[in-house]
Amino acid sequence: MGEFDSSLAYLLPWEFSPSWTLACLASAGLYVRGLLHRRRSGLHEGFWRPFAFFLGIVAIYTVSQTHFDYLAQYMFFVHRGQHLVLHHLAPFLIALSAPLAILTAGIPHRVRNLPTVTFAAQMLRPGYRLLQQPVIAPLLFVGLIYFWLIPQVHFDAMLSHRLYQLMNWSMLVDGLLFWWLILDSRWPANGGLSYGVRITLLLAVVPPQMLLGAYLTFSHNVLFDVYAVCGRAWPLAPLTDQRLGGLITWIPATMMSVLAVLIIIGRLLGKRSSMYRYG
Amino acid sequence: MYKTGCKTALLSGMLWLVGCSDPSWQTKDISGLMPPLDFELISEEARSVTEADYAGNVTLLFFGFTHCPHICPTTLANLAAISQELGEEAQNDLRILFVSVDPDRDDPAKLREYTDAFGPEFTGLTGDGEALQALTRRYRVTYGYGEKDDTGNYDVSHSNAVFAFDRDGDAQLLIREDDPKEAVMADLSRLLAH
Repeated sequence: MGEFDSSLAYLLPWEFSPSWTLACLASAGLYVRGLLHRRRSGLHEGFWRPFAFFLGIVAIYTVSQTHFDYLAQYMFFVHRGQHLVLHHLAPFLIALSAPLAILTAGIPHRVRNLPTVTFAAQMLRPGYRLLQQPVIAPLLFVGLIYFWLIPQVHFDAMLSHRLYQLMNWSMLVDGLLFWWLILDSRWPANGGLSYGVRITLLLAVVPPQMLLGAYLTFSHNVLFDVYAVCGRAWPLAPLTDQRLGGLITWIPATMMSVLAVLIIIGRLLGKRSSMYRYG
Repeated sequence: MYKTGCKTALLSGMLWLVGCSDPSWQTKDISGLMPPLDFELISEEARSVTEADYAGNVTLLFFGFTHCPHICPTTLANLAAISQELGEEAQNDLRILFVSVDPDRDDPAKLREYTDAFGPEFTGLTGDGEALQALTRRYRVTYGYGEKDDTGNYDVSHSNAVFAFDRDGDAQLLIREDDPKEAVMADLSRLLAH
């Protein structure tokens, strides 16, 4: 019984935050509603797209609202893992599942036609367009990783609950924007970014991430003293913690770019073969 | 026009993030980042105490354990030297609370013996896991235990910083291990002058 209680405690949030819980629940709810709605119209999504979407949502919930979040606050390498999920892995899965049509189908009609909703969408559009410019998107993507790792900024973010939330939300939102732009299921002719530009963006964000990761991995100085100031989750040598964090920033993060390039090439080849077939 | 607006918003946002502290403090200013002092612990006299017992004093809060080989004795010795230099009047108004996060090994008697070696302004506090967790969580710090060795000894990870509170119990400073002694002296005198 005691063991059951303690393992249950690992699933409970370290710091309950309504924004994360609500966002995860609302998007999962909308998605399920949309799936059912479309099924009634005879549209079936298959297994993999919903699977990728839910995996992304579960991953976001896990790193933000379970014991994982505690470890992320008190171990540098776990924090890097948290941002890998929030900024790379989960948004990648969600964007790959191309959920927009399903989520839209899930919004109740009454809400969709509310004047405030239409107005808000109109207000947000220019900002969204700006952030999705092919020059701004990769700068923002890499810039945010660097910004939150400026030692003084990182110190305050780890010390203040408000800044910590802002940091994690900014990573998730930017991750969604970037991978949405890259993995947009629309063809270039239908408004999506050209495949060449997508591959260029993906390759452009690799060197700065490698550089930062390598710098963290090979540095002989402890760059983030906030983990000594706040105490670590368990006694681990500060440089070991930093090296592990550096490797996470370096290798899996850049692998995501490679994976996305492969997916884009796959789409290019798919398009070509279908052109041959039908053309 | 639109782009300039966005840039200005982004820039002022960054300035707000980086530069919200009062530059005249020489150690880290945490006013606004951290909540006021609030706890319920067991003192070295084995009685239950709260922050109200230390009201009116400038209070320093440090987390550690008496078996600590380096950080705790060094930090407490440095604070003792600083408090001595600040003078008797200042000493009377300064309370240095050493909170042990190793309650299994540190009972009130042991804590009393340990803090007495540093001076009368030092008080040892501890509590059960729940009370300690409430306090460490409040200040966004943590602690953890290493594996036991053959002799039953184990390492404890803990915060190496000293939190300083003004006479009203509001969080004011975070003093780090590598802050120069002069900076700590200057900031504590300023805190005690109010």
